[in-house]
Amino acid sequence: MTLNQQRKLKTLITGLFAWFIALLLFFPIFWMFLTSFKTELQAISVPPSLFFEPTLDNFKVVQERSDYLLHAMNSVVTSFGSTIIALIIAVPAAYSMAFFPSKRTKDILLWMLSTKMLPAVGVLVPIYILFRNNGLLDSRLGLIIIFTLMNLPIIIWMLFSYFKDLPKEILEAARMDGASPWGEVVKVVLPLSVGGIASTALLSIILCWNEAFWSLNLTASNAAPLTAMIASYSSPEGLFWAKLSAASTLACAPIVIFGWFCQKQLVQGLTFGAVK
Amino acid sequence: MSYLVITELQKHYDSYHALRGINLNITEGEFIVFVGPSGCGKSTLLRTIAGLESSSGGTIELDGKDITEVASSKRDLAMVFQSYALYPHMTVADNLSFALRLAKVPDAEIQEKVRSVSASLQLDPLLDRKPKELSGGQRQRVAIGRAIVRQPKVFLFDEPLSNLDAALRVQMRLELARLHKKLGTTMVYVTHDQIEAMTLADRVVILNAGQIEQVGTPLELYRQPNSRFVAEFIGTPKMNLIPVDTFAVKGDQLTLNLLDSSVLFPANRLSGPLPKAMIMGIRPEHLSLVDDNGDFTGCVELVEHLGSEAYAHIQLTNSQTIILKASARSTLKDGDLVHIKVDSSEVILFNESDRVVSVIAEEASND
Ligand SMILES: Nc1ncnc2c1ncn2[C@@H]1O[C@H](COP(=O)(O)OP(=O)(O)OP(=O)(O)O)[C@@H](O)[C@H]1O
Ligand SMILES: [Mg+2]
Repeated sequence: MTLNQQRKLKTLITGLFAWFIALLLFFPIFWMFLTSFKTELQAISVPPSLFFEPTLDNFKVVQERSDYLLHAMNSVVTSFGSTIIALIIAVPAAYSMAFFPSKRTKDILLWMLSTKMLPAVGVLVPIYILFRNNGLLDSRLGLIIIFTLMNLPIIIWMLFSYFKDLPKEILEAARMDGASPWGEVVKVVLPLSVGGIASTALLSIILCWNEAFWSLNLTASNAAPLTAMIASYSSPEGLFWAKLSAASTLACAPIVIFGWFCQKQLVQGLTFGAVK
Repeated sequence: MSYLVITELQKHYDSYHALRGINLNITEGEFIVFVGPSGCGKSTLLRTIAGLESSSGGTIELDGKDITEVASSKRDLAMVFQSYALYPHMTVADNLSFALRLAKVPDAEIQEKVRSVSASLQLDPLLDRKPKELSGGQRQRVAIGRAIVRQPKVFLFDEPLSNLDAALRVQMRLELARLHKKLGTTMVYVTHDQIEAMTLADRVVILNAGQIEQVGTPLELYRQPNSRFVAEFIGTPKMNLIPVDTFAVKGDQLTLNLLDSSVLFPANRLSGPLPKAMIMGIRPEHLSLVDDNGDFTGCVELVEHLGSEAYAHIQLTNSQTIILKASARSTLKDGDLVHIKVDSSEVILFNESDRVVSVIAEEASND
């Protein structure tokens, strides 16, 4: 085999392997999508049928039983709202830590991340009581607050590593050119890290969109996002696979489409720091 | 035109004492160059003047006004960075006009200024490009243009030419010299390139371990260094240093016994009392080859031909190697036995603590 052939074979093998993994990861979504067009009987038939007459009944039932639009709106408002608030807090925080680090900056970063190590269920009761006492239960505002706090450490970390990669001299040049600290951020830091900020925002939106623990525990009907809606199909009347699949398909469709559009940023974001 | 007065400036980084009491007056319109070995604090001093580093003590005055605590953005100093630090997301034109736009200068005036600067630096065809579409030399010119366009009080340069290739560096060096002549603005320039320092500077500041070793015109530093550090630092190849075994003053002559011979030195060129021990310093161009009656003899180890001149590395009888500047057409070869004559009017003497104890000969400084 020539070197060229070897290289081609290598590319082929890695290509096949990558496709295999990708299909494996994609399969549950595909299956869910397929199941949502089946009848309940077809959904649990063994062996599963791949070819069947698709029906839209499940979607009809989902729309009748629960107000899809309300839940979708809740999801949109809470994920976008909390992401915006988190960015407003995180950009200055990451900026100051990246460009004016002190001896304790590393410790602060680690400490912030450590808050994510605590299992959420460990603080469920205190948070629940706090929310109840402040009238935040089953409110969009309450969810926005908890989502913001939940994602803040990750967002700060991601932004921090983007900002850290910006050459310090460029900011110093701006400072010498007469830019105030705010001017530096707006005219130099933000334009140079739009890609990073966009992918951070996207990640935060996705995390909020798919968040279930707090949504289930802190909302009932008014502010329940899509994840809470899905959950309502797994109980109490037993499992209805087809309807559950229809609800899930409806729940994840917007974010999948949104993610598809922002694919480029997302890939860049998930590999942040890795390639320069 | 502006002047700077730096008094007792200190800088501590955590545990490292980077600037140890810097006192320096930079006069109006002066081109001053900081040189020194790597890590001696040149950049730190420049950045402290710029306000990019806070000082830990002492004061910096600009035109009589204390600016030690003033923010960089309000000091009205321009800086050119080694890495150029152009704004990558802006075109060349926007890079040039950034400071003016921040200062809310009227549009028409901005355009006029950018045009005149871009014309003088031949940037016209590049105005719409982004920095990543420029060559190193072009980026350098944009960086300089960005500093000029603001007409700042003082220019600060931190090794601006060190990323350029040799030919371009020579060209830019000339352009900088021309620029200084034209603008007349005070310039502070950091480099570790001696040729840049010698050719550009009105005065050179030699830094060593966070302290000023000596300040003077390039020629002063070359001819009358204060210390062995300066003597060795300035000049390529380095000054030769030969330990003096014994010495004695007889009448108006100081006799230096070293190696297998002795060199006579006028005693009136000694400054201060006689030291306990001495080292003789002599530059390669002040040694010459003679047929006989030389001060030392030695064996040629290696000859470096540079085209316009040649440097012979010669091993002396004490097995020390010295460097001698020979003519380009020299026929010296390795292994030759040579006689060397010392031009004693150019000898510099150091005492046991490496301070200079001689002054330059009068007649030599007059020519
Ligand atoms: N941010 C910092 N924290 C701690 N020490 C520093 C910092 N910046 C510089 N130093 C130290 O201060 C000393 C002076 O550094 P500086 O950058 O001024 O040197 P320099 O003379 O410019 O050297 P070079 O010719 O290599 O650029 C060095 O020993 C360096 O290690
Ligand atoms: Mg430096």
